[in-house]
Amino acid sequence: MGVEGIGASVVRKEDKRFITGKGRYVDDIKLVGMTFAHFIRSPHAHAKVKSIDSSAAMKMPGVIAVLTGKELVDDKVGNLICGWAITSKDGTGMKMGAWPAMAPETVRFVGQAVAVVIADSKNLAKDAAEAVVVNYEELSAAADISAAIKPGAPQLHPEAPGNVIYDWTIGDEAATNAAFKSAANVVSLDITNNRLVPNAMEPRAAIADYDTAEEHYTLYTTSQNPHVARLVLSAFYNIAPEHKLRVIAPDVGGGFGSKIFIYPEEMVALWASKKVGRPVKWTGDRTEAFLTDAHGRDHLTKAEMAFDKDNKVTGLRVKTYANLGAYMSLFSSSVPTYLYATLLSGQYNIPNIFAEVISVYTNTTPVDAYRGAGRPEASFVVERLMETAARQLKVDPAELRRKNFITSFPHQTPVIMAYDAGDFGASLDAAMKVIDYAGFAGRKEKAKKEGKLRGIGVSCYIEACGIAPSKAVGSLGAGVGLWESAEIRVNPVGTIEVLTGSHSHGQGHETTFCQLIAERLGVPISQVSIVHGDTDKVQFGMGTYGSRSIAVGGTAIVKAMEKVEAKAKKIAAHALEASEGDIVIENGEFKVTGTDKSIALPMVALAAYTAHNLPDGMEPGLKETAFYDPTNFTFPAGAYICELEVDSATGKTSFVNFVAADDFGRLINPMIVEGQVHGGLAQGIGQALLEGAVYDSSGQLVTASFMDYSMPRADDLPSFKLSHTTTLCPSNPLGVKGCGEAGAIGASAAVINAITDAIGNNKLAMPATPDRVWHAIHG
Amino acid sequence: MSTVKLTVNGRAVSVDVEDRTLLVHLLRDNLNLTGTHVGCDTSQCGACVVHIDGRAVKSCTVLAGQASGSSVTTIEGIAKGDVLHPMQAAFRDNHGLQCGYCTPGMIMSAIDIVNRHGGKLDEATVRQELEGNICRCTGYHNIVKAVLDAAGRMKVAQAAE
Repeated sequence: MGVEGIGASVVRKEDKRFITGKGRYVDDIKLVGMTFAHFIRSPHAHAKVKSIDSSAAMKMPGVIAVLTGKELVDDKVGNLICGWAITSKDGTGMKMGAWPAMAPETVRFVGQAVAVVIADSKNLAKDAAEAVVVNYEELSAAADISAAIKPGAPQLHPEAPGNVIYDWTIGDEAATNAAFKSAANVVSLDITNNRLVPNAMEPRAAIADYDTAEEHYTLYTTSQNPHVARLVLSAFYNIAPEHKLRVIAPDVGGGFGSKIFIYPEEMVALWASKKVGRPVKWTGDRTEAFLTDAHGRDHLTKAEMAFDKDNKVTGLRVKTYANLGAYMSLFSSSVPTYLYATLLSGQYNIPNIFAEVISVYTNTTPVDAYRGAGRPEASFVVERLMETAARQLKVDPAELRRKNFITSFPHQTPVIMAYDAGDFGASLDAAMKVIDYAGFAGRKEKAKKEGKLRGIGVSCYIEACGIAPSKAVGSLGAGVGLWESAEIRVNPVGTIEVLTGSHSHGQGHETTFCQLIAERLGVPISQVSIVHGDTDKVQFGMGTYGSRSIAVGGTAIVKAMEKVEAKAKKIAAHALEASEGDIVIENGEFKVTGTDKSIALPMVALAAYTAHNLPDGMEPGLKETAFYDPTNFTFPAGAYICELEVDSATGKTSFVNFVAADDFGRLINPMIVEGQVHGGLAQGIGQALLEGAVYDSSGQLVTASFMDYSMPRADDLPSFKLSHTTTLCPSNPLGVKGCGEAGAIGASAAVINAITDAIGNNKLAMPATPDRVWHAIHG
Repeated sequence: MSTVKLTVNGRAVSVDVEDRTLLVHLLRDNLNLTGTHVGCDTSQCGACVVHIDGRAVKSCTVLAGQASGSSVTTIEGIAKGDVLHPMQAAFRDNHGLQCGYCTPGMIMSAIDIVNRHGGKLDEATVRQELEGNICRCTGYHNIVKAVLDAAGRMKVAQAAE
């Protein structure tokens, strides 16, 4: 590896603008003549919109328009879509209710927009919104899963009787039932996977600018996937054909899944911009983010695991109810099905698995992918069952896992996934060594003498990322392919631009992707720039989510580099009067092997563009494109161990140690990889200890601000101890697996396993607040 | 409307704003200093932290008029030309930022923390002092490292001055 190549912890190129205040986020952008949008949102979880009177508002200074859902329908703007079709076990399709960007008739969650005010300033728009009178007729609401599925429950959508969207199954039910019948031991758990609010620090925002002469729209938006946004806005919402719509996602302040989806606000901003003939800016505030950003998780699960007399797992049976909220968000249907149940085998050899997933509508904010998306829920089920089993069977939890680990690869699970590589024992060994697992009993004893309850919890996660082979996801109902594109432009002076369909919103692509170029072509990263996030600059791409950017986007870059290299070698061979097969690249020079003849990349590039002396028949220029479709998912895996103490007088939990041993395959920039793990761990620990969206029975979101929703803060978390083990991913040339979600997938179970170990009571719901822990100890 | 006169990053400015204007909006909207961010509406997240007369303050909780006559420093005003403030350099060198949105507020708070505690900073103190700044990306691990690193660098820089 060179100092800037693969494996080097290069400091990030993008940091200078962020640490000096020169980042360019959507709300930082000003356009000439810009107006400001403020949405009028329902205060009710379920109601009929009887009338909207905007006459007083329209007389206020600076007010340009008050637009309603009815006008949106009149203008034939399409409803929001869900892009993944799930088929129920009875063969029927999913039951999707209509979701207009502003409700013309019925509101189904608190915060759903019914109208928008457009004014000369944000304050004037807010003032005018106060003067718009909306009459609602309140309906009874179903605020959670149990309320939605009980007989006589309020019905959200006529399309979905009983509020059931689908009832889907995976695996062999009969074989799994048989395994349970012949089991020596059965372990069962009821699990609530708490609802989370993603809370990227930058609230969502959009600026729409309609050019009347060109009939062309430009949208600046906080998106993880601007091309997908353009496709959906064009193909389904009838905003404009793709060549008349440019989508730009500039610096984006975190996403965690919540900025994948195309939301009502950017649709309305585009539509309103044409209506008022001026640019329209909308910037959400934090409460709007709580009310309208797609939430994550929210499962109720009954899970059972069967063991034979040698403590080998013989079966896993899972029934999960998933709350999708009031409407089906863009990828919501896939999260509790193909992103969840396909990972229920965990790291274990489980011959029989059967899972049933029933997704339901409730009068709450829509739920969709949030960091990990389905995989944290699966990992939590499997790892809580393993820990519970070890306690019930009275064996060491680490050893029970080890006994059941998959040890030969490839391994076909009973739930679609074919794990390609891994060494689960190595990760577990690494984590146990760092935390001194063997010495825990002594430490627990010592803590007991000091009046503290000490616990240790293991979590061995696996996930599927590098999402995903297009053919495979297409056969499972996805409406899109999940390849990625790259274009490499070698300029005439030898500097390089890499245009990628991936989008960086904290992941450090502007550094990591440059390192791929430095490694292969020997060009310093200062001579390379990464271009992303603009549909006018970058050819179609699929964006960043599902830990896919290095495995899929990075591989697309490698594939484009191969083409650049092949052409450059031809040019170099021609210039050096050598055979193409004798050309090798060393430190940015094209050399004739075994001689001292060489030509530097800039001279090759210049030759490509002057075209004075190219091989016969060769086109001028040095620019290549690749579209890469992965052949398999990648399977990052690892072992997390948490050691903590509980104060039995207060129920407060304090970390002693948190160890993460991950196998991400080859690491391009270890510093950035570790940063991703830290952030993921914080979100997983947040779920376990602090975070939870709370609705009251009428559907009001009680936790709609940072005053009420407990975000992890610096003094809630420990410093983490990380280590890495390596098995290379065989399905991509870099051997990489993806690291963005692992922490959030594996951490929650480790924490809950540790607390329940400490307090000697296995019944504990997330978030394990001091109040809940105290009651678990004292009853 | 009122006229607010203050010094921002060493420059005297005079701005006519609505009386209800918050300092953060004066900085962002009137002065185009968009490095100071808004991440919440309840004074919890700290993305908007600036220095008023040398002390870290959440600029979303100060009316522009209240800052009249004071000297405000924002993230844009702490480097000396091309030379980064030691806290900026420490955030970069320790990978103390990812999406960058909370970073300006973090850096402004962290400078104040080091100034108030001098050389007597340890991990627990830094974590406690950062309670008013929320980051969703980093899990704080590298932010804490950066602040402790910068505390040493600032001491060296002060000694050199």
